[in-house]
Amino acid sequence: MATAQAVAAEEFAQIVQSHRPQIFRFLLASTRDVDLAETLTQDCFLKAHRNWSSFRGESSAMTWLMRIAINLQKDHWRNRRMQFWRQTQINSVDLDEASEWLPGGESSAEEQMLAKEQVEHVWTAVKGLSERQRTVFLLRFVEERDLSEIAQATGLSEGTVKAHLSRALARVRAELRGKR
Amino acid sequence: MRFGEQGAEPHKLERSLELEPELERVLSNFRQSIQALSEAAYSRPRTVAVATQRRIWRLAAGWALGCVLTGGVVSTGIYEHHRHWELAQMAARQAEQNRLAAERQHHEQQLREEDELLAKVDSDVAREVPTAMEPLAQLMAEDEAQ
Repeated sequence: MATAQAVAAEEFAQIVQSHRPQIFRFLLASTRDVDLAETLTQDCFLKAHRNWSSFRGESSAMTWLMRIAINLQKDHWRNRRMQFWRQTQINSVDLDEASEWLPGGESSAEEQMLAKEQVEHVWTAVKGLSERQRTVFLLRFVEERDLSEIAQATGLSEGTVKAHLSRALARVRAELRGKR
Repeated sequence: MRFGEQGAEPHKLERSLELEPELERVLSNFRQSIQALSEAAYSRPRTVAVATQRRIWRLAAGWALGCVLTGGVVSTGIYEHHRHWELAQMAARQAEQNRLAAERQHHEQQLREEDELLAKVDSDVAREVPTAMEPLAQLMAEDEAQ
């Protein structure tokens, strides 16, 4: 009995170690608030730890964790809407600052500047998306999850995921074209 | 090439999900920027400390507020109980005093009535009579004089 518990604890520790940065990244991209992302990440793993025994492996651990993170974020939005916006305005990562974190892979300074501007436009577009559109968009293009995984993590059908993704992409394209 | 000019017909969902190379490159840059930002924020110990500290302060403030509220409720209850007890004591003392005053009054009334009755008896019925030994005393006085 004690051995089984030790094995489960070790398994969970490995899950935390391997998936924590990804969960944090997704929450940071969703909220653009470092403190809030950190808090929600902690809550996510706390909740996962409590329910670890009930995890049957029907989906991957990452999808399961992502689902918890999405629900926590949703709850946070629902319960503390006013506080969330106030806090976000105070602590949020500035769009300029966010797009500064572009690896310098572009060849010339002009290309780097253009890439920075484009990333800034994507951030702006993402900021304007609905909660579901943003979640689906970030899971697809930041976390590089396929449509079935996104559907599992969000609890939506694949068709709905595609529809949200299509709208999100339309918005990003419009922002990049300089249209609203 | 402008974004979305190829295959952007609104009714063709599948085609709208296909990324043109330029958009793919932009989204790749976007992904890398988030990854870099996230890695930098994740490895920054200050953030965790601040978050923990904030949570501790929030917890402490919650406890303090809870204690103050509980203390307030308890002390109000005790005060109310004490006040009720004092009022009850005062009422009991007052009732006892009233009872004693009524008894005293009743007693005084009885005494007054008795006095009045005796006075009436004295005035209506009683009259002056010689004392029982008076004739004999007179005789003795006459004998001594002789």
